[in-house]
Amino acid sequence: MRRAALALAIVAAIVALAFVLDNYALRLATTVLMYVVLALSWNFIGGFAGYPSFATAAFFGLGAYGAGVLQHAGVEMVASWLCGGVLATLFALALGAAILHLRGHYFAIASLVVPDVLREIANVSTSLTGGGMGLNIAVFSTDMTLFTRVFYFAMLTVAVATLTASFAVDRSKLGFGLRCIQQNEDAATILGVNTVLYKVIAFALSGAFVGVAGGIYGSWVNYIDPADAFDVLISVKPIIMVLLGGAGTVLGPVVGAAVFLLFEEAVWRNFLTLHEGLLGAIVVLLVLFLPKGLTGYRAVLRGLVPARLRARS
Amino acid sequence: MILAQVIVNGLVLGGLYSCIAAGFSLVWGVLNIINLLHGSMIILGAYAALFAYQALGIHPYLAVPLVAGVLFCLGYAIQRSVLNRVIGAPVLMTLTLTFGLNLIADNAMIVGFSADFRKLELAHPLGIIDLTDYVDWLDVVVPVDRLVSMSFAFALVLALYVLLRRSNLGRAIVAVRMDQRAAALMGIDIPQIFAVTFGLGAAMAGAAGTLLSLIFPISPLTSPAFLGKAFVICVLGGLGSVSGVLVGGIALGIIESFGALLFGAEYSLTIAFSLLILLLIFRPTGLVGKKAFQ
Amino acid sequence: MSALLELAGVSRSFGGLRALDRVSLDLAEGEIVGLIGPNGAGKTTLVNLVTGVHPVSAGEIRFGGRRISGLAPFRIARLGVARTFQVVQPFPRMSVLDNVAAGALFAAGTADIASARAAALDCLRFTGLEEVAGQAGATLSLAGRKRLELAKSLATRPRLLLLDEVNAGLNSTEIDGALRLIADIAARGITILLIEHLMKVVTRACSRIVVLHQGEIISDGPTASVMRDRKVVEAYLGSRYASDAQ
Repeated sequence: MRRAALALAIVAAIVALAFVLDNYALRLATTVLMYVVLALSWNFIGGFAGYPSFATAAFFGLGAYGAGVLQHAGVEMVASWLCGGVLATLFALALGAAILHLRGHYFAIASLVVPDVLREIANVSTSLTGGGMGLNIAVFSTDMTLFTRVFYFAMLTVAVATLTASFAVDRSKLGFGLRCIQQNEDAATILGVNTVLYKVIAFALSGAFVGVAGGIYGSWVNYIDPADAFDVLISVKPIIMVLLGGAGTVLGPVVGAAVFLLFEEAVWRNFLTLHEGLLGAIVVLLVLFLPKGLTGYRAVLRGLVPARLRARS
Repeated sequence: MILAQVIVNGLVLGGLYSCIAAGFSLVWGVLNIINLLHGSMIILGAYAALFAYQALGIHPYLAVPLVAGVLFCLGYAIQRSVLNRVIGAPVLMTLTLTFGLNLIADNAMIVGFSADFRKLELAHPLGIIDLTDYVDWLDVVVPVDRLVSMSFAFALVLALYVLLRRSNLGRAIVAVRMDQRAAALMGIDIPQIFAVTFGLGAAMAGAAGTLLSLIFPISPLTSPAFLGKAFVICVLGGLGSVSGVLVGGIALGIIESFGALLFGAEYSLTIAFSLLILLLIFRPTGLVGKKAFQ
Repeated sequence: MSALLELAGVSRSFGGLRALDRVSLDLAEGEIVGLIGPNGAGKTTLVNLVTGVHPVSAGEIRFGGRRISGLAPFRIARLGVARTFQVVQPFPRMSVLDNVAAGALFAAGTADIASARAAALDCLRFTGLEEVAGQAGATLSLAGRKRLELAKSLATRPRLLLLDEVNAGLNSTEIDGALRLIADIAARGITILLIEHLMKVVTRACSRIVVLHQGEIISDGPTASVMRDRKVVEAYLGSRYASDAQ
């Protein structure tokens, strides 16, 4: 009962923020929510299944361009965002089927290279995407306050959806199977886990919400270009956030996303020319000294036996 | 004859590409680390050559061993101090770590040298050979500077091969690549070998950068492209052997040459990456190499 | 009555190397059969083919009358074929209970995680591991991990169990314990193929022995006669000793 009340209080607070914060802070909060989506999404394939995917930027860019192009064709804004998500999901299914048989470095490289190829395709498809000139996306309202609030809630919705999906996967047979795959894929196969299916599902999940977020992003910033939408940092930042917060847990990525944004804001405001290098430094320190993230040092053991199943007879 | 020209262009590029990829392949094969710093090290080598010439008047071809030496020390230091702690860690960790190091290096270069493209202009050419000249043979035209650089590049790769095959150090490195535990049991100092190997990789990158400085304009913005091509070459030719690097380098050179003919030179990286993905999906062992799924 | 497991003319080549050469073998339900042979004879390859880890290069494998060669390993596991690995393969960071529950959940098709864990507890009791149910898989001793392998494979509710060197590295007492366990498993009606190096184990546990040598079956019959078979002695000890065998 207490837990439900606490959750409700948090939800109420988050909703209330939209009416309490000024536009700048609200935009920051929206960015945090977007980071939460990216981090939780990566966690499906990278945390649960243990496959180091660098394809997030591909899904994001596809969502952004998919939604943008559809809006130019006259599709309504929210519908176009959802279509962007569908496009990203379909792509993830196809890509997953193609590369998930690879392990370790080879999978990582393949996933790293895909966003680059998509970026180049976007660059040259000038008639469709505007090419290197970029794509302007309609501003849905000139009322700044309304605009900022709407996008806050939009991103919040996706974040909540991703979080719900994460909880659901974590306690489900799928999550159990993904953990088995992550710890010993050969043993998992021999115990009856359909590893191919599970990995592809995890990969599709890692793309679905990111695609929608990409679509929202396009309508939010009103201009996208290939270098921006398929930027490799979009693939790398969620990884850092999850490593920061603790991989394979549900709340770790959320914590990591929030902490990461705080750091990013601090650096952008004070050390603009050095922000790349400082990000690099954080990454290096993180990998060297905090490999389990901020939340991971407790309870490393997963799936501990519930007390009532222990100590019988 | 266009076909011959394209092939020759490819071969010339191929030599340079082999040199670019040799160090990368070595580090990947022996330490099992994908060194995302590699592109930056190449550019660093190019800048070093630039300054060696502008400040000290040393001709780039003569600067190659110098730059290689400097980069060797840098690589050795990085491996011993930072990378050594993550040897054997999951792929995600090592990739993220070298990515972070690369961000630092890239930022440092942009701040230090600015992102502007610089060209190494030789004030007086090397007496005997006029590097601005062209070789014209059977309707195939090759600029002399590229020809010389290509030869130099092949020589460097060959030197690496000889080092690995003939010297005690080289044999130790190969032993570590084949079976780390057995090598340790033989008394080989594994961390030392790792550091030397990484240093060698850096040295090859620096040397490649020096050779490239004579041909292409230099800027930190080009480092991802070199890194990407190194990937492709390693997968094309298969990991773990110098012959693989040569095959991969020449293959990529020729493929890019044809690609430039058919689609235009600005698509070279896209073609290379598309090829990479297709290879990974259908034939990760490459044209020459052994199975390398794990 | 048709056999539970049938191998018909099965061959497997890796590149130029012929690991198994036209092997034909039938296992009847309820048998405990030993599979022996010198190192490199192809024993583990045979297990890998039956469980679907590698495809057959020639021939066919049938289980319960149904063709399984060419099926994905996880499907074969769900049909009731289980195996243990020579080098034990636990899920290191999961609890012992969850290690075993995995088998129940995916291969035996238990409805949900909670009932899989309950079924797993039964298997842990059967193998004497209920004390360590909450520990992480990686923390067990070698003998414990071998028993964990056994428990995991039992949780899949197999009809056929392929045990690959389940006694390697165990001391005398531990081996006796393992043998008792194998007898208990057989008593439950599970057919067992036991790959072993230790002769005393094979002769005690198995009524029938199959001998593999360089990818071919050179002997297949009741324990006593196989142990005296001249070809078998020759394969293990060389032709000098073969003449003494008769």
